[in-house]
Order: sequence, then structure tokens, then C-alpha cells
Amino acid sequence: MVVTVILIGLVLIIAILAVVYRIHSLVDVARGNHKKKVTGSNGVNAALLFAFLVLSMISLIWYSVSRFDVYSLPVASEHGISTDNLFWVTMAVTGIVFIITQILLFYFSYRYRYRTKSKALFFPENNRLEMIWTIVPAIVLAVLIFSGLKIWNQVTADPPEEAEVLEIMGYQFAWKTRYPGKDGQLGKYDYRLIDATNEFGIDFRDKAAFDDFTPREIHIPKGKPVLLKIRARDVLHSVFAPHFRLKMDAVPGMPTSFWFIPNKTTEEMRIETGNPDFNYEIACTEVCGRGHFSMRMLVVVEEPEAYEKWKSEQEPWLSKNQDYLAKVPEDLQELALIKIGIDQ
Amino acid sequence: MSTKNIELEAELHEHDHDHEHHQSFITKYIFSTDHKIIAKQYLFTGIFWAFIGGLLSVVFRLQLGFPDMDLEWLRPFFGKWITINGKLDPEFYLALVTMHGTIMVFFVLTAGLSGTFSNYLIPLQIGARDMASGFINMLSYWFFFASSVVMFISFFIETGPASGGWVVYPPLSALPQAMSGSGLGMTMWLTAMALFIASTLLGGINYITTVINLRTKGMSFSRLPLTIWAFLLTAIIGLLSFPVLLAAALLLILDRSFGTSFYLAEIFINGEALPNMGGSPILYQHLFWFLGHPEVYIVLLPALGITSEVIATNSRKPIFGYRAMIGSMMGITILSFIVWAHHMFVTGMNPFLGSIFMLLTLIIAVPSAVKVFNYLTTLWKGNIVFTPAMLFSIGLVSFFISGGLTGIFLGNSAIDIQLHDTYFVVAHFHLVMGSAAFFGMMAGVYHWFPKMFGRMMDEKLGYVHFWLTFIGIYLVFFPMHYIGIAGFPRRYYSFTNFDTFSMFTDLNAFVSVAAIITFGAQIIFAFNFLYSIFKGRIAPANPWRSNTLEWTTPRNPGHGNWPGKIPEVYRWPYDYSKPGAKEDFIPQNIPYSQTPESNLPFEKDLVEKEKAEKES
Ligand code: HEM
Ligand SMILES: [Cu+2]
Ligand SMILES: [Cu+2]
Repeated sequence: MVVTVILIGLVLIIAILAVVYRIHSLVDVARGNHKKKVTGSNGVNAALLFAFLVLSMISLIWYSVSRFDVYSLPVASEHGISTDNLFWVTMAVTGIVFIITQILLFYFSYRYRYRTKSKALFFPENNRLEMIWTIVPAIVLAVLIFSGLKIWNQVTADPPEEAEVLEIMGYQFAWKTRYPGKDGQLGKYDYRLIDATNEFGIDFRDKAAFDDFTPREIHIPKGKPVLLKIRARDVLHSVFAPHFRLKMDAVPGMPTSFWFIPNKTTEEMRIETGNPDFNYEIACTEVCGRGHFSMRMLVVVEEPEAYEKWKSEQEPWLSKNQDYLAKVPEDLQELALIKIGIDQ
Repeated sequence: MSTKNIELEAELHEHDHDHEHHQSFITKYIFSTDHKIIAKQYLFTGIFWAFIGGLLSVVFRLQLGFPDMDLEWLRPFFGKWITINGKLDPEFYLALVTMHGTIMVFFVLTAGLSGTFSNYLIPLQIGARDMASGFINMLSYWFFFASSVVMFISFFIETGPASGGWVVYPPLSALPQAMSGSGLGMTMWLTAMALFIASTLLGGINYITTVINLRTKGMSFSRLPLTIWAFLLTAIIGLLSFPVLLAAALLLILDRSFGTSFYLAEIFINGEALPNMGGSPILYQHLFWFLGHPEVYIVLLPALGITSEVIATNSRKPIFGYRAMIGSMMGITILSFIVWAHHMFVTGMNPFLGSIFMLLTLIIAVPSAVKVFNYLTTLWKGNIVFTPAMLFSIGLVSFFISGGLTGIFLGNSAIDIQLHDTYFVVAHFHLVMGSAAFFGMMAGVYHWFPKMFGRMMDEKLGYVHFWLTFIGIYLVFFPMHYIGIAGFPRRYYSFTNFDTFSMFTDLNAFVSVAAIITFGAQIIFAFNFLYSIFKGRIAPANPWRSNTLEWTTPRNPGHGNWPGKIPEVYRWPYDYSKPGAKEDFIPQNIPYSQTPESNLPFEKDLVEKEKAEKES
């Protein structure tokens, strides 16, 4: 049914085109158009190019200004402020170049459209000009590069000692997070230990693992450096937290990391955006299969006190899954029980 | 060079007498070794793929623009990939995106563009009877054909075509249990690409050899049209980078089928820990992008070459800065090999490496800028004739500017943290590579159609096609910048799962409508193209009053291109509107001795030289 409709439509369109085409080629021949160097269309096209320039510039500027709040994402991390700045500086520089070159392109096309009496200027080269437009862009780019380099070096520098550490692991199709617990150290893991319950493959021969906890959402303190230790269990994923201007691939077999300083709590952001339901989200930006578009994780940014309180309330994974105490070596059993808060 | 040409000529003449008349349809049009026929075979196959690739994008744009739409009506085409509630299956969405990207980049804009125009123009513009090896040339097309067949069949298999994105990163692409497209579909993708690479290499060797060895007398490198320079450099890039993709694919095949661990390590999937240890997915990315970035220039340089030719001809002016144009293309060629890791800033690669690649990447922006300024200056004080080819070339320059400038954001690793893998990237590469190269291809078709088929395409339909496509492409891809700045990730089936990505439903619908109209406009082109082959007005010998050698051939050049002697070349190809000249163009085969009225001071000496050569 649909196929027939499409087919009939196509046939009709082609028939119409054929008729139009035939008629106007006959008209052209009758007018002797094909003998002229250019036809009236030349002026029309020139005018259209000019009109395109004007209309597109107007709509571009109108949309960019009037929808600024829609497309510019509020920023909520320290380094994000610098990268955003650089983004907008680059936007200004390239924007100016964009406007000038597009104007020249369309204006020249319009202005120098064919005229029977005029002749083009024979102007094959000019080394002076070539030098200028090699060196000037090179300088401008150098400035942009060095600003970028400075920020990039800060962003990718080693994390501060006191950074809050947490692990985020991507798998088809969700994120999971693990905190080091009171000892401040994430326990070792091994992918061969993963099973339906122990989704991280936590290795309970390591005593640092006993108090690790795995909440359903990420909590982080405002104003303190946070180090994300990132890994993937099956295929590539990529941690993307748009408001923190944070992105880093999660790679099976090669742990990665990213550290940053969140500078607005979720509450503050709700006020700033005027959206009482605002939440920070993490998405996946490396295609990972059927559920790629649904790997959502919530992030809550709190004042440090609230964060500490939240942290102290979390129950270690091991205490929720006491079957796994059996995996703890004999000599560490006691320590494990103490760490998960079970005293006989 | 010239001795070789003479031998070949002698051979061809004999050949003419013996065989020409009893060439069957099969040897003449199917297994042809004539570069002009092979070029047309590439062109037709390329156009076929462009329509397939375009249709796929329309289908996934429907999903993105109208997520609630009932797609039941697509069931006759896609069968079980339309779910019971009339939606596109999310995995099939990824398959569509993957195949769209692969088809557009490799089959349309590499084979369809380079394959067509390198084959068609190299012998005609350098004054050669044919390619250095007609047989290898034929082989090149048939490898491409075989590759096309395998890729096409992969649409119809049970588990669906490859779906890990056109970059097919492992482990996703290596593990059939990760998604169904990574099963047989992926095997076929790899097979098709291996055939495709063989085709490109065979073609490339031929292009390079021909340009170096078979130039006619007087056609020195400093008199080569910029098209030929572009094709030559493109072939060199391809020859050096495609083998690396083959290596990447080979290791992936080993990982998939022979239990090796080049790219695989510590994977737990589907309730099972795999034994693979020690491999690195990052290794694949380095190998892939070692081709992948140069590939951008493989599609772009021929388009820029074609534009240079078209813009000079129709501005009736010499291309401005011929030497600077060649220099910048050489710069791009070399630099294109040392910027690949700018696609990998946030893969966990050493940040210091990121710094280096940021530096190198932004250097490559300089030669690109030089090219733009040269185009602008060529237009300045021209006497511009807006043929459809000229309009497409102007459109190309506009896209090249728009898309090139956003590259400055993405090449800056600090900014790329946020923009990587968002729609900003989709906007960037569609403008600078997709649309620019596509416009180059269109410009080429409109410009050389009269030579290819001996008839003219209809101009008015060409104008309508141009305007709908030009405006359409901006309406499709410009809005994607905003969507990208807002953080929308690419390769997303839907955005409703996230509050952050909840806006822009209206803009996405708008983009989809624009995409459908843009696609529809291509039907006008297809019609004009096919109809004009048979019914177009008979083409004059030199319809655009152009200088290059192909316009000295008969209307329908036969096997061997020129019936008599190959013309000799005396001047560069851009003597347009030379002061003093009678006409506003002087073809390359006109000696300076015939144009005393327009010779420049240094050219007066060349007249003497010409004379001396005649006598010897
Ligand atoms: C009708 C015109 C076109 C439209 C509407 C279109 C649209 C799109 C869209 C929306 C995507 C992103 C889909 C997603 O990430 O979910 C995409 C991907 C892509 N397109 Fe196009 N496109 C068009 C033409 C082209 C052309 C001419 C090229 C040639 C370079 C091209 C190359 C690609 C590539 C390489 C990808 C990436 C595929 C991937 O993510 O693996 N497209 N296209
Ligand atoms: Cu993912
Ligand atoms: Cu690149």
C-alpha cells in the first residue's frame, strides 16, 4: 500500500519534471539563449546569493541571541569556567572571521557577476598577500593554542592529594559507582571475580575493599577536588557530565580518570536555572550498543557537611552481602567484621 | 616521459586498427579498460550509493525529529527492525547510522568522487591516451563493485549490518554478544572494507604513475591544472594511509575469529569473563585514525581541486596564487598524517600526547585558511558566470569556511573535552567534509557532464537543485551546532531519558523536515542527470570556454582520447582574461608564438624557446 503510494508519487514527480524540462528547453532554443554567453539567470543567481547572505546572517544572529539561554548550558565546575571562557573567546575570533569571509564570498560573487562589457582583472599572484594571510592566522591560532594548552595542562594535571576518590564503572547499559569507605582506599578488583551480585568484581582478599560502598547515585562535595576513577566492564563507554564540562572514556582493561572541582550544589543550580527539578546527570558518549542512549546516572552536589553526613550513613557493600565474607581470607575475617561494623 | 608516450601511442594506433570495431558490449561498457568508461562506472555506482546513504539518513532523521511517529509503513522495507509498536529498533538505528557513515565517506565521497574524477580527468587533462595500466584500473573498479555487493547484502542478513559506528571501535565491534550487528554484519563490513582498500590502492597506484609518467610534451608540473595536483596528492595520501586501515581491520578480524587479543582485555560480558588479556582498544583507535584523519582530506582535496578549476574558469580569472594553492595542498598532505590523535583527546591517551596533537592540528588550519583567501581573491574583480558548477563551488567554499572554523574549537583539546562526540562534531564534519566534498562532486558532474556524455545538463534544473540543496544543507547542519553546544551526544536513538537533553524537540523536527526536502531535491538532480544523458542539448566543443586539454578532444572522445596526435602544452591552464588577448581565455595548447599580443615580458623569451624546439 505505502509502497504503491510512494511509487506513484515518484512517477508523478518525474513526469512533471519531464514536462517542465521539455517546455523550457524548447523556450530556450526559441529564444536562442544557448548561443549567449550568459542568460538572464546569471543576474538572478547573483541577486539570490546576495539575498542568501543577508537573510542567513540575520537569522543566524537572531537565533543565536534569542535562544542563548536555551543552548548555553550552565557550568558547574572550576575548570569548566576556563574552558567555557576559551570556548567563547574562540567563538568571538572565529565568528568575526566567519562573518567577514562569508560576506566577501557572497558580496564578491554578487558584485563581480558577469557583465558583457567588463573584463576580469588578470591578477595571478601576489606574494605579499599570501604572506599576510599565512602569518596572521598563524599568530591568531598560536594564541588560541597556548591558551588551550594552559587550561589543558591544568585539567589533566595530577589530582591533589586530598581529592575525594570514587569509582565509576560503565557496562551495558548503565553506570555503577563505588566509594572507598572510611579507609579512603578503593579495594582491588579483578574482572574474573565479577558475578551477578559482585558486579564490580571486588576482590575481598584486599582489606581495603571491606568498607567500600556502592550507592545508587553519586554524591560529591562542593568546592573540593573530586577524582573519578573510570573503568568499563564490557565495551567502551564514555563518562560525560555536561554541566561539569567533563568527559573521559571508560576503557576495558585500561582504567582512566578525571578530576574536577564542582562549584555549585544541586540546590544552587535549581535556583540558578529556575528549575526545581534540576539534577546533574551523567550520560554515555561512546557508542556502546542498543542502550547507549539510556545510560543515565544522577549526581548530587552537596555542601561538604551534608556530603560527609551522607557518606557516614552509607552501608558497606560487604555488610549488605555477607555471603561474600566467605571470600575473605581467614586471617582477615576479624578485620572485615570490624570494618563492616559487625562486632561479635 | 615523452618517449613512453610515443610508444604507447604507436601501440594504440595499431590497436585502433585491429580491434576497435569488434568490441562487444561487454568489453566496451562492462569490463572496460578505458578510463572514461571506468570513470562513469564509478560515477553511477557513487550516485547509487549516495541515494542509499541519503535515504538511510532520512529514516533516522524521522526517528530523531518525530520520535512518536508511527513507522509501521516502513515494515515492508525493514521487516523485523520495526518493533511491534511501530518504532525503529534502537539497535537498527545504530546500524542505519553506521551504514550511512560508511557509505557516505567511503563509497560516495572516496570512490564516487576520486574514482570518477581522477579516472576521468587525469588522462584528459595531462594529455594521455589512457591510464598507465588500463587493466589495473578495471580491476580497481571491480574490487569496488565487489565491495559494494558485500556491503549491500549485509543489509539483508538476519543479524543486521554492522552497527558500531563507522569507526567500528572494538570491543563493541569485536564481540557478537555485545550487539547483533557485531556478528555476521561486522564480518561482511570488514570483508567489504578489505576489498575497498584493495580497490583504492590499485586506483591510487595508477593515478600516481599516470601523472608522473604520461604527461604530454610541455605539461610540466608547474603547468598541471590544480585538479590534477589534487588528485595526485589525494592518491599519495590514500596509498600511505589505507594500508594502515587494512592492518587495523586485519587485527580486528584476528580478534573476532581467531581468539587473539590485540584490542581486547579484561572483558566481562553476558555473564561471562572472557579469557582475553593485555590487548588495547586504544591501539585500534590509533590505527583507525591514522587512516581516518587523512581520509578527511582524501574526500576533500579532490573537491578543492575541482573547485579551483571551476572557480577560475567561471570567474574568467586565473586562480589566485597557483603556487600557494599547490603549496597549501602539499602542506595539508604532510600534516594530515600527524594530527590523527585529535580524535582521541579524551580516550585516556597520555595528556602530553594530547598537547602535541593539538599543536599540530591547529597548524593544519593555516594552509586551509590560505586556500579560502585564495578563492576569495580569485572571485574579486572577476567576471563571474554562474553555471550550476560555479554555484556549487561557491557553496563549497561557504561550507568549507563554516565547517573549517568549528574545527578550531575541536582541535583545541581543552574545548574538545565538552564538544567531543556531541552534535557539534556532527555539524562540523558534515559541513567541512560531507557537504563540501559533496558539493565538489556536484560541481564536477555539472562541469564535466558535457565532456562525459556529449550533451548539456539543464541549467535551470541545476539552479533549482543548487538552491534547494544549499539552503537545505545549512538548515540541516547549522542548527546542530546549537544542539551540540547544549551537550547532546551523537549516536543517540532518543534524548528523552535525560532532563539535560529535553529541549530542542522543535529544532530537531525542523532539521528533519529540512533533511527530507534536501533529499527530495536530489531527485531533481537524478532526473536532470539521466534525462540529459539521452535528451540533453548537444554540447559544444568547449562549453565553458575553458583552457584545459580535455576540451580539445572530440565531442565524444573515443578510445585513446585524441583521434590524431596528442596536443602539446605551452602554457599554464589559467590564462583567463589576459590583457591584450582577443578572447578571455587561451587554452593550454596554444603556443606563445601565436599570442604575441598578450605575452608577458618573461613569456616573450619562451617564444624563442618554442621556435628552437620546433627546429630541433
Ligand atoms: C541528506 C544528507 C545527510 C543528513 C541528513 C545526515 C545526517 C546525519 C546525522 C543526523 C548523523 C548523526 C546520527 C547520530 O549520531 O545519531 C549522521 C552521521 C554521519 N554522517 Fe551524515 N547526513 C547526511 C549526509 C552525509 C554525507 C554527505 C556524509 C559524508 C561525509 C555523511 C557522513 C556521516 C558520518 C561519517 C556520520 C557518522 C556516522 C557514525 O556516527 O558512525 N553524512 N548523519
Ligand atoms: Cu555506554
Ligand atoms: Cu581528524
